[in-house]
Amino acid sequence: MAGIVQFENVGLRYGTGAETLSDLSFSLAQGGFYFLTGPSGAGKTSLLKLLYLAQRPSRGSIHLFGEDVVQLRRARLPGFRRRIGMVFQDFRLIPHLSAFDNIALPLRIAGVDERDLVTPVREMLAWVGLADRASARPPTLSGGEQQRVAIARAVIGRPEILVADEPTGNVDPEMAARLLHLFDALNTLGTTIIVATHDIHLLSRVASANVMRLDRGQLHDPTGALRYPPRAASAVVDMPVRSPA
Amino acid sequence: MMMGASLADRRLLPEGRLAGPMPWVIAIMMFLTALALAGGLAMGNASARLGQDLGRQVTIQIVVADPQRREQEAQAVLRLLGRQDGVTVVHRLAEAEMQALLRPWLGNAGLDHDLPLPAMIDLDLDAGGRARFDAIAKAVTAVAPHARLDDHASWLVPLVGLIRSLGMLAGGIVALMVGATAAAVVLAARSALNTHRQTIDVMHMMGATDVQVARLFQRRLALDALFGATLGLVSAVAVILLIGRRIAEIGSGLVGSIELPSSAWAALLTLPLVAGLLALAVARITVQRALGRTL
Repeated sequence: MAGIVQFENVGLRYGTGAETLSDLSFSLAQGGFYFLTGPSGAGKTSLLKLLYLAQRPSRGSIHLFGEDVVQLRRARLPGFRRRIGMVFQDFRLIPHLSAFDNIALPLRIAGVDERDLVTPVREMLAWVGLADRASARPPTLSGGEQQRVAIARAVIGRPEILVADEPTGNVDPEMAARLLHLFDALNTLGTTIIVATHDIHLLSRVASANVMRLDRGQLHDPTGALRYPPRAASAVVDMPVRSPA
Repeated sequence: MMMGASLADRRLLPEGRLAGPMPWVIAIMMFLTALALAGGLAMGNASARLGQDLGRQVTIQIVVADPQRREQEAQAVLRLLGRQDGVTVVHRLAEAEMQALLRPWLGNAGLDHDLPLPAMIDLDLDAGGRARFDAIAKAVTAVAPHARLDDHASWLVPLVGLIRSLGMLAGGIVALMVGATAAAVVLAARSALNTHRQTIDVMHMMGATDVQVARLFQRRLALDALFGATLGLVSAVAVILLIGRRIAEIGSGLVGSIELPSSAWAALLTLPLVAGLLALAVARITVQRALGRTL
């Protein structure tokens, strides 16, 4: 079956320098859980940028949700981006907005009525353990709390793909485990998860995860799962709200 | 889509409507624009009024030292004009009116009765009379060889031309000010884009369209422009009223013709709204163009 993400001979070059990413060809199954790992400078963030449509490749083709996004008209990009949730390495929370407003942002962008977003945002705050920090602004939150707000913001719109860049980089091991549990729960509900991480200990925490290893812009496939996605697409269902384990 | 109005959306850009110099720059430009526009409209009104009078008024002076002869010629002219088609008003200035005209120049001491004053007759012509002016003038000089005809058009034409030129200059200044206001909004929009780049990037990555992002900026910039324009207009109106009072104090019919009709006041009062809409449109175009250069 066709993957939710398909790369064919993708290369990325910034300016006139050498290629940051070379000849990437892989397919990610809908509902899969993928770790993207590799040393610093390997190109993980660049690959994620291609995935969340912040960058176009220099060559090759990328299909997301069955459509070629390289040739996609710019005006159609927002519609695709709304189907992708991102957790940035530096969180990119809007500092003058409260945790509530940061989490509500994707819903507001999607045009959800104010009356209809209060409940899901409050439930999401509870889900990431920040129910009592709804009105706090990011500068007053700890690194771990900011991380959780960023994750809540990424998943509030029930994205079909969740892309996370070093999501556990700023939290203690206990919180890292909790966050990973959140991702796993999302994945169970049908969201395709792609997590870039340096932390090799994370890799063993999700039994069903595949590992993509990038090294100097080249993709290695230690599990062999990338060309032959391990499982069929699972239906995306409404995500129930629940407290973290 | 709700990005245009809700309080939550407004919070996306930090409040501080008067942050930055744009409102004050627009206030200054609106002050100058309103003065230029008021000047232009007043000049236009004056030139229109003077233009109506252009072909209408003629003064006949009978300049002869002999008072008997002067009176004979004056009476002959009055009889002639009473029979002429196209002459709507004939008014001979009385002795008291003549002295009132001369008093500012000669003072009371100079107005003794030995001073020979010309006989002066004002007449108004209608369109037909204007067309027959040469024939009327010839008839007048035939019965009154010492008559001099002073056609007001001969000196009002260049004056009206000057006033129209000043009006056009004012119009040009208004156009330049509109351009400068638009430029100020462009600079403010670009500055705001740079300031809020991170917020915009995050919104974009979450699927915000250019129109959604532009709405945030256009609303803010339009409100800033509206504030600045209102401030500038209020200041300008105060100055215009002050100048109007000074003009009224002069009491000259010619200078008094420079006044703002009610339609001009209405035009002035729409300026802040025009500035706000201009800022809205310019901000939208600027932001969308800038965003269009990104992915």
